Amino acid sequence: MSKLHVTTTINGQPAEFLCEPHETLLTALRDALGLTGSKEGCTTGDCGACSVIMDGRLVPSCLVLAGEVEGRSVTTIEGIAQGERLHPIQQKFLEHAALQCGVCTPGFIVSAKALLDARPNPTEQETRYWLAGNLCRCTGYDKIIRAVLDAAGDMRKVPA
Amino acid sequence: MARVHLPGGLSAHTGGLECVDVDATRVGELILDLTLRFPGLAEPIRGMAIAIDGEIYNDAPYHALRDDSEIYFVPPVAGG
Amino acid sequence: MTARTFRHIGTRPIRHDGADKVTGRANYGADLSLPGMLHGVVLRSPHAHARILAIETSRAEAVPGVRAVITGRDIPENFGSIALGEAPFDTHDIGDNALAHEKALYHGHAVAAVAATTIEIARAAASLIDVAYEPLEPVLDITRAIAPDAPILDAGLETKGRPAPGSKSPTNIAARMELRRGDIVAGFAAADVVVEREFRTQMVHQGYIEPHACVARWGQDGQAVLWSTTQGPFLVRDQCAAILGMEPAKIKVTPSEIGGGFGGKIPVYLEPLAIALSRKAGRPVKMVMTREDVFRATGPTSGTIVRMKLGAKRDGTLVAASASLWYEAGAYRGSPSGAGAMCCLAAYNIPNFFVEAYDVLVNKPKVAAYRAPGSPMATFATESLVDEIARTLGLDAVEMRLKNAVAEGDHAPYGPAYPAIGLKEALEAARRHPHYTAPLAPNQGRGMACGFWFNAGLSSSATVMLHGDGSAAVTTGNPDIGGTRVAQALMVAEELGIPVEQVRPSVADTDSVGYTDVTGGSRVCYATGMAVIQAAGDVRDQLRARAARIWNVAPDQVGWEQGRAVALDGAAAQKPLTVAQLAAEMGRTGGPIVGRAAVNVPMAGPGFAVHLCDLEVDKETGRTTVVRYTAIQDVGMAVHPSFVEGQMQGGVAQGIGWALNEEYIFDAGGVMENAGFLDYRMPVASDLPMIDTVLIEVPNPQHPYGVKGVGEVPIVPPLAAVANAMRDATGIRSTTLLFSSPRVLEALAAGD
Repeated sequence: MSKLHVTTTINGQPAEFLCEPHETLLTALRDALGLTGSKEGCTTGDCGACSVIMDGRLVPSCLVLAGEVEGRSVTTIEGIAQGERLHPIQQKFLEHAALQCGVCTPGFIVSAKALLDARPNPTEQETRYWLAGNLCRCTGYDKIIRAVLDAAGDMRKVPA
Repeated sequence: MARVHLPGGLSAHTGGLECVDVDATRVGELILDLTLRFPGLAEPIRGMAIAIDGEIYNDAPYHALRDDSEIYFVPPVAGG
Repeated sequence: MTARTFRHIGTRPIRHDGADKVTGRANYGADLSLPGMLHGVVLRSPHAHARILAIETSRAEAVPGVRAVITGRDIPENFGSIALGEAPFDTHDIGDNALAHEKALYHGHAVAAVAATTIEIARAAASLIDVAYEPLEPVLDITRAIAPDAPILDAGLETKGRPAPGSKSPTNIAARMELRRGDIVAGFAAADVVVEREFRTQMVHQGYIEPHACVARWGQDGQAVLWSTTQGPFLVRDQCAAILGMEPAKIKVTPSEIGGGFGGKIPVYLEPLAIALSRKAGRPVKMVMTREDVFRATGPTSGTIVRMKLGAKRDGTLVAASASLWYEAGAYRGSPSGAGAMCCLAAYNIPNFFVEAYDVLVNKPKVAAYRAPGSPMATFATESLVDEIARTLGLDAVEMRLKNAVAEGDHAPYGPAYPAIGLKEALEAARRHPHYTAPLAPNQGRGMACGFWFNAGLSSSATVMLHGDGSAAVTTGNPDIGGTRVAQALMVAEELGIPVEQVRPSVADTDSVGYTDVTGGSRVCYATGMAVIQAAGDVRDQLRARAARIWNVAPDQVGWEQGRAVALDGAAAQKPLTVAQLAAEMGRTGGPIVGRAAVNVPMAGPGFAVHLCDLEVDKETGRTTVVRYTAIQDVGMAVHPSFVEGQMQGGVAQGIGWALNEEYIFDAGGVMENAGFLDYRMPVASDLPMIDTVLIEVPNPQHPYGVKGVGEVPIVPPLAAVANAMRDATGIRSTTLLFSSPRVLEALAAGD
């Protein structure tokens, strides 16, 4: 069986790659496109480390087939920063020390962006439930939640 | 005279003595002296950490001892 | 001791590797690819206990795209051990665990490995390897393992330490140790209240989000280079060398960024296999574990049975303690039962005690270190019983503990006197904290527990190099799991008086920095920190000598104040010279300036913590939710307080997970049924409240700033804090973890 040729948009730029029909988007991003910011923690959609935004929807890229992004638009962690500047969510993660080993951080930042795009003024509880699909083993989530709520506050004042 | 305290099971190798005085100026000499007097100690002590006046070292044969140093043999502990 | 005021230590700058980590640029174990790289896959035993009779690899080798297949024949058994500072590492067991020889000792035990041009080909080929097994009856718990008719995992095993009277051989008991003081018979006889219980805890995993991964490349010059996610690159080098029969000097290990370890990334699993495959194939080989393999075939921590008895006087004074600790080692010797024995009574002055600890082989994965290894399970027992005694005697939780708490000069259960420790201060802080007296809602309860862990010292090296613009680079050999690079930068900033943004901290490979022991054991900020401080001090001394040269005075005429060389008495007419000015003149005053230091330090001041936990039990579902948590800890001196708080919060979350969420579920054949993050359900953000932290600073006199290790203690108190809160909320004392919803419901029904 020959490979699929996929034409898509990644982080606002046109992109194309070859993949096997059964290959996941996560594998295609990491191996075919060299975008290793999305991480593989489990391959069963349970840890959130592979989170990306596909056509405005937060998805675990390990459960999306690579072929599914044909004609679609995908945002990965590599597309969150704004040119030379970090996104407010990224900046707040740093200020709040909301990462220790950092491997879950890309997934959290993408998920948090999806949250704040949908809900600019979430409560702590809404934030915790939205981020319940992202596992962190290092931080106990405290500083992550504080960082996201702080970023939300900043973004309401100065839209990102 | 360094005073050596031996935890739990080690006193089985010293005829029941839990506290032994040893004349030594360095840890290595102390261990040699102890194991000459109590050959059964050699195997269990190997790999144990040693507390010298409250400071615990893992492997310190050249560490100097004072006249009145208090020594404890401490099972080695691995962190995570 | 520290009358010193700090300008940088204690501040909260953004970590230097932060931008890379929040943008996805940082490279972890699976993020490296090399030209011509093959993909390696491991074939694992389907039996929890079996003799390996024969392995036939020809069908696998014939698959197009397969470049190498290895079995135990390719990595002969070694019979060594590495005295690695911490407990000696038995490289025979680590090697046999990485690739089996005579027996498969747990479900998932590696028996062969394949390297091929794609991972699909490698997996397909692995399934074509024919292994002939003779299945044996598996031993799946301690009780079975010590039964007289138990199958024996290792016929050659001899019990280390002093076996109990009446012990038989052959055996599954790998070791026994004991600690004693005084006379427990007399002690218990004098007690007004005695409580005795049996506690059981379950096997749990460290749960790091990043699976093990490495890339190995063997060269025709007999040199191997290895990229690996590890807590200890030097240890990886030495383990691989011992296992493969190579000289350590022929292996270079570059540590990637590491996505969590907690002790589980100290042993090697894939690395020797990747090197052996690369050698056979003549190409680099990448190996990445699946999450399933991480659960089945790395190093979770022991399930345990702890029987403990405590006796106290009516006024709460503890007079006697006895305990019997049984810990699962998994397939090879080496549970942390001895550490459990040393920790369980460490918080209290008890004049009479007897503790024995057993290390027991079972057909489960070989256990590895997990954050304060051995202490949480044993402390679960102690703090539950202390809570019971306090309730029986009508004593306040803090009061009971203060009455017995150790202080400087008291003797630890394992012998030596404690240096400056902050247990009493932490208890008093707990009593003063608003959490202690906050009102509770219906179905809520509050529990308190103390915890203890050592902090390792061991060996570390550091280099500090000055740039021409007055900035500095600091290099160490410790992978940065939790902010140690920024802490090291703070130390250099403090010692040289330059802004922390002008310090560049990095983690080096095994060729580029002196020998350094693992990141773990709560040692990096303390021990590697000492090397960094000394190396920076070396730079400072050199800068003073350069100023002396410029001013044409003797070096003792030059002092140092806040980042500047200052002329003393004799040369008083000279204006001070800053680091930047001196650095600009480096070439002309003697050449580049490089500072270095290497240390081997004793164990750090022991860490004590006191935790308060409020939880709510839903009596209809048994679901238990932590609603408030406060962690109070003696941290010595917080170099970067945000990351100290982070260690405390992370340990608390793991401890809560251990009490309420997580367990290995084995079927009757020894197969783990929940080997994935869906059913091995670690705490998620919606499970936990904010976790308050209180940092008590009782400086460690052995360290120039007073630093103590902080990373491990936080996981110790939560098991008992949760259990005691459960008792408070429901009236029921549960002594068997996991407190899952069905079990809480059962306990509520039985208790009624």
